Amino acid sequence: MSALKNFNLRDKGAEIWAGWNRLTRTVFVSVFVLLIALLPFAPNWGPTSFLNTPITSFQNVLVYPMGMFVLMALGLNIVVGKSGLLDLGYIAFFAIGAYSQAILSTLFGWNTWEILPVGILLAMASGVLLGLPALRLRGDYLAIITLGFGEIVRIVALNITVTGGPNGIAGIPNPPTLFGFQFNLMYPEHFFWLVLVMIMLVIWMVRRFTVRRPGRAWEAIRQDEDVAALMGVNTLVYKLWSFVIGAAVGGFAGVIYASKVMVISPDMFKFDVSILVLACVVFGGIGNIWGVALGATLLAYLPERIRFISDARQVIFGLVLILMMNLRPDGLLPRKKREKIQEKRTM
Amino acid sequence: MNLSVITTQFWSLAFQGLALGLIYSLVSLGYTMVYGVLRLINFANSEVFMLGTFAVLYIEINILGHPVTAKPLGGFHLVYTLVIALVGSMIACAVIAVLVELVAYRRLRARGASRLASLISAIGVSIFLMESMRMVTASRPQTAPRLLEKWTFGEVAGVNFRIDTVMAIIAPIIIFVILDQFVTRSRLGKAIRAVSMSEDNSKLMGININRVISLTFLIGGLTTGAAAFLYTTVYENTVFNVGFNMGIAAFTAAVLGGIGNLRGAFFGGLALGMMEQFASAVLGSQWKAVTVFVVLVLILLFKPNGLFGEAVQQTRT
Repeated sequence: MSALKNFNLRDKGAEIWAGWNRLTRTVFVSVFVLLIALLPFAPNWGPTSFLNTPITSFQNVLVYPMGMFVLMALGLNIVVGKSGLLDLGYIAFFAIGAYSQAILSTLFGWNTWEILPVGILLAMASGVLLGLPALRLRGDYLAIITLGFGEIVRIVALNITVTGGPNGIAGIPNPPTLFGFQFNLMYPEHFFWLVLVMIMLVIWMVRRFTVRRPGRAWEAIRQDEDVAALMGVNTLVYKLWSFVIGAAVGGFAGVIYASKVMVISPDMFKFDVSILVLACVVFGGIGNIWGVALGATLLAYLPERIRFISDARQVIFGLVLILMMNLRPDGLLPRKKREKIQEKRTM
Repeated sequence: MNLSVITTQFWSLAFQGLALGLIYSLVSLGYTMVYGVLRLINFANSEVFMLGTFAVLYIEINILGHPVTAKPLGGFHLVYTLVIALVGSMIACAVIAVLVELVAYRRLRARGASRLASLISAIGVSIFLMESMRMVTASRPQTAPRLLEKWTFGEVAGVNFRIDTVMAIIAPIIIFVILDQFVTRSRLGKAIRAVSMSEDNSKLMGININRVISLTFLIGGLTTGAAAFLYTTVYENTVFNVGFNMGIAAFTAAVLGGIGNLRGAFFGGLALGMMEQFASAVLGSQWKAVTVFVVLVLILLFKPNGLFGEAVQQTRT
């Protein structure tokens, strides 16, 4: 029993990974990515047709909520998992990305690829704006400030004219054709592949960060901020960086989301979504990108899969959260054991 | 932008803000008590409040038999109806809060799980309670019977001393004074303070940690229940998601005053109620949340531990 208790899938996985040579790794990753890329066709093939979601189209579910939630959860994981800052208003950055796509495309006629860097920059700028005052505060105060920021963005969008108020903005154009892939209502799987590429980019980025200076700084800050500062880590700057990079991922996702759904309104950016993304991160295994991706996939997929019991599905969702956290407090795929820390608290 | 209302309606706005703020401070006691001992944001407290408002309705309509259309009561009948509703809602909320602790926190605490894990399981409880109530009420807002006739004591300087508003001001003050005395003077209060300073040491001193934590949730539930009663009496309706905004406001109030600090929660609630009233009068009610958060950021920038700090229960890192 104790052997089972000490078993850590993440450690085991890392062990196996380290034992492989370059060729095996490349083959494994390509096969894995290929299998995921084939997901949009899963409902049409007998053995995997159980994946199909009733009522909503599975190809669309793959993009939103699943793909978008994985992206946002990976972005939030940089903030919450890597540097240990509790952000309860992450949806604000997603909303800023979505609104920059909506406004710039309908008013100035820019296309999605031109807006993408602008949307990311705007999200990053708002991250700096929020982070500079907020990151000087201790954990729980940061939580309430970020929560407030999320609400402020939504309320501002609800009450000014350029965002269309409660009706939001309609008629957002789809992205133009890229490398022969058309992006419109007829080809939801193209959107899925686009999101998949984005997810891989973000995973690559996070992995590079983790093994370099910022990653080590975040790790030190998460484990003990005072000691990190004593060792010469400029804590404010690195906390701000993790915040801003998380925001950039959120903005990135937001731009693509708006160009996919074509209509956005402030209702889509409520506090609940921030909480749901945070739930994805903790449910999957905070700090471990594979766990986070798995958690986001499951939590985004589950409510759609059981949509036929319409009313009760949220109740079941709540129950699943309670049960899972009680059974596996570290999430589905916990982080590496050596990265775990004894939290400074007395409860 | 309408600055003239500040001069013309100052006292009236302040009085309304006082009543609203004191209801906030009762709910924020539920957050601050739990935060004091566990260092956790009790996300399920907003749903405890929501269930409390429904408990008041249930007691008034189904147990005491006053339908929504009932005429206002008078005399002794009114007093005992209100007292039963108040006590009933306090007990219901206290029981729910203790159950929430058992379901969402205890097992995780025993396993030494991270704070975020407890946070998510509390959010799970909160989603579960809110969505169950949505199913029960079919998303429809429920109206409370008007048992207390809204007569007024008279008007002074534009302030309308209506009976329900006056009650919403006096009752929280009494509850707060009792609670403050309980925490500072009684043995159990001392135990709560000890646990909030250091759990390990209080364990060594022979304090039953689990019992103290349950007690803390119980007290938080009691004050939240009182708030739920006052809310239904003053606003006369409730809906399944009433707890959401109340929860955010109460948590903001707790942070504003200095979380973990009883007096801080009290004055934080007051300040928040006042700010909301004035901000909605001056800028329009849609901007009140924005104003509150901007003020909160400014205050925390200059006083990082909130207005009153965490002095009462000693600050820890």
